[in-house]
Amino acid sequence: MSWAETLRTGLAAIRTHGLRSTLTVLGILIGIAAVILTVGLGLGTQKDVSEQISSLGSNLLIVTPGSSLSLEGLRGGFGTRPTLTRDDAEALASSVNTPDVAGVAPEKSTSLSLETSQTNWTTTVVGTTEDWPSVRGRTLSSGSFFTAADDAAAAAVVVLGSSTATELFGTTDVVGQSVTISDVTFTVVGVLADAGASDSTDLDDMAVIPLTTASQQVIGGRDRNSLTTVYVQAASTEQLSAAYQETETLLLNLHGISSADSADFTINSQDALVSTATAVYRTLTVLLTGIAALSLLVGGIGVMNIMLVSVTERTREIGLRKALGAPPWAIRRQFLAEAAVLGLAGGVLGAVLGILAARVLPDLLDTSIVVSGLAVGGSVVVAIGIGLTFGVYPATRAARLAPIDALRSE
Amino acid sequence: MAEALAAQVRSASVGTEPVIELVGAGKTYRTGAIEFEALREVDLRIGAGEYVAVVGPSGSGKSTLMHLIGCLDTLTVGSYRLAGEDISELTEVELARIRNHRIGFVFQQFHLLPSLSAWRNVELPMLYGRVPPGERRERAVDALERVGLGDKLHNRPGELSGGQQQRVAVARALVGEPDLLLADEPTGNLDSASTADVLALLDELNGQGRTIVLITHEPDVAAHADRVVRVLDGQVRSDEPSAGRRAGAR
Repeated sequence: MSWAETLRTGLAAIRTHGLRSTLTVLGILIGIAAVILTVGLGLGTQKDVSEQISSLGSNLLIVTPGSSLSLEGLRGGFGTRPTLTRDDAEALASSVNTPDVAGVAPEKSTSLSLETSQTNWTTTVVGTTEDWPSVRGRTLSSGSFFTAADDAAAAAVVVLGSSTATELFGTTDVVGQSVTISDVTFTVVGVLADAGASDSTDLDDMAVIPLTTASQQVIGGRDRNSLTTVYVQAASTEQLSAAYQETETLLLNLHGISSADSADFTINSQDALVSTATAVYRTLTVLLTGIAALSLLVGGIGVMNIMLVSVTERTREIGLRKALGAPPWAIRRQFLAEAAVLGLAGGVLGAVLGILAARVLPDLLDTSIVVSGLAVGGSVVVAIGIGLTFGVYPATRAARLAPIDALRSE
Repeated sequence: MAEALAAQVRSASVGTEPVIELVGAGKTYRTGAIEFEALREVDLRIGAGEYVAVVGPSGSGKSTLMHLIGCLDTLTVGSYRLAGEDISELTEVELARIRNHRIGFVFQQFHLLPSLSAWRNVELPMLYGRVPPGERRERAVDALERVGLGDKLHNRPGELSGGQQQRVAVARALVGEPDLLLADEPTGNLDSASTADVLALLDELNGQGRTIVLITHEPDVAAHADRVVRVLDGQVRSDEPSAGRRAGAR
């Protein structure tokens, strides 16, 4: 009996029991769709995160106060004494000991309410210096960024993100308008161009003011000298690790700390952030995929169940085929083909459902789903494999039936 | 004329190489500790072109004998040669090949597959006999025409009468050109008109030189055969020309 004949017989048998076959296929289908979606969701989230991190700028080191190495939590009295100051940032920018550092952007940020005569909007207010656009890789769509002179004079000038401008004024054509932050009236001097790359709108919703203005008039208090973050830009990708070393050494010297283990600051590279973030998501993805794979296993047991029923139900047919000269292997192959077809149908339909869901779900849930060809192809192969694996036992049972017993059964 | 020719063919073949040769054949079934001797010391020779009826009440062992002759089961003791081939030592795969090539089965319950059309049912043995697809269809159609069902090729068994179904089964038994046609109570589920129909078909096939072994418990049916083998309590009790033949009434 040829493979084509075997397949035809298998398909005919599946068609004869339409409802039953459909339900069996449904078990596999759901499992396959679930696997494709969870893998896609994991990949999508990883992609989102790495895009967000790379949209911070290029070749960046991110210096934050406090130590992440300490087991006791943050080290160095974060909140009691500023551990990262403007002096640190200026030293990094100007020292002869940091030849691989191309630019430094200190940031002191907090969430505050911006007010106009009409409305108000709460957003992230960032105090920084004139180098911020080049270090963070941002451009302006209108107006200009504030200057070193504005910073030195603690001028009340602000550059708005495009969404912030739209929220406050209904337009991005707002240069010259006034906005009040913490009772200080600022003049809008520029609007940032859209960050674009990421789905996240955070980068387009902010207000950037001179660091001096921020520390003296807006974000005061005990922490007036401390910085939230210092972005250090290396001159090139190749110089990133040299810049890392220089930054660490300089900051340790400035802070009078002898060992890097007791540093009161943390330096992260974008790569490190990406790998940390994606590692978390990868673990999650593996976990979820595992759960989805379990549903595939259940689907496989469904196939076995249905094939066993089919063998029992068709005992007479098996007996007859044997009497007519079907060798055991032909019977086994017939039932295996049937199981494989069930698996294949479940795999293909599951892949279609998964791909469709991957199209529709991101619009509903605000997440990215990346459907990889490997996941789709792999799932279909796995589905056939499941059909075959769980078909082996029923098929072998069918092949072993003695023809006379099989013929006698009613 | 044809009758005379067929008789000639028959007498020429009888006594030459037998189609069936059972010597000291016995079959014992074991169910746990209980042994049941279904058949013992059976010696039976059936020559080519013979038409033999095996008769006996239920439980006599005639079904066991039919399973042995049909290679559906193997002997416990003794030897069995079918068309010159010793089959007592064969594996399951080899037995399947023998059934496929040498034996055509006709069953009491017809055993047609309900989901297949008549010609697809007739095609079945050829699926396992490595016959190319084009030839399969041709031979299936030929066989159905031979049993008078040339117009029912595409009907499913459910759309045919009992007699027609059994004729499809006969066509399926014939299509592989086997050495032996083995019919197990072929008229057991048929009304008298269909019975006459099917028996006439068997007579005709025997007339064309085909060896037929018919298992039955109905004397009227057995009367169609040339020779009647009576089985009782697992043994052959008598083996003689049939009453019908002796009377010359056919």
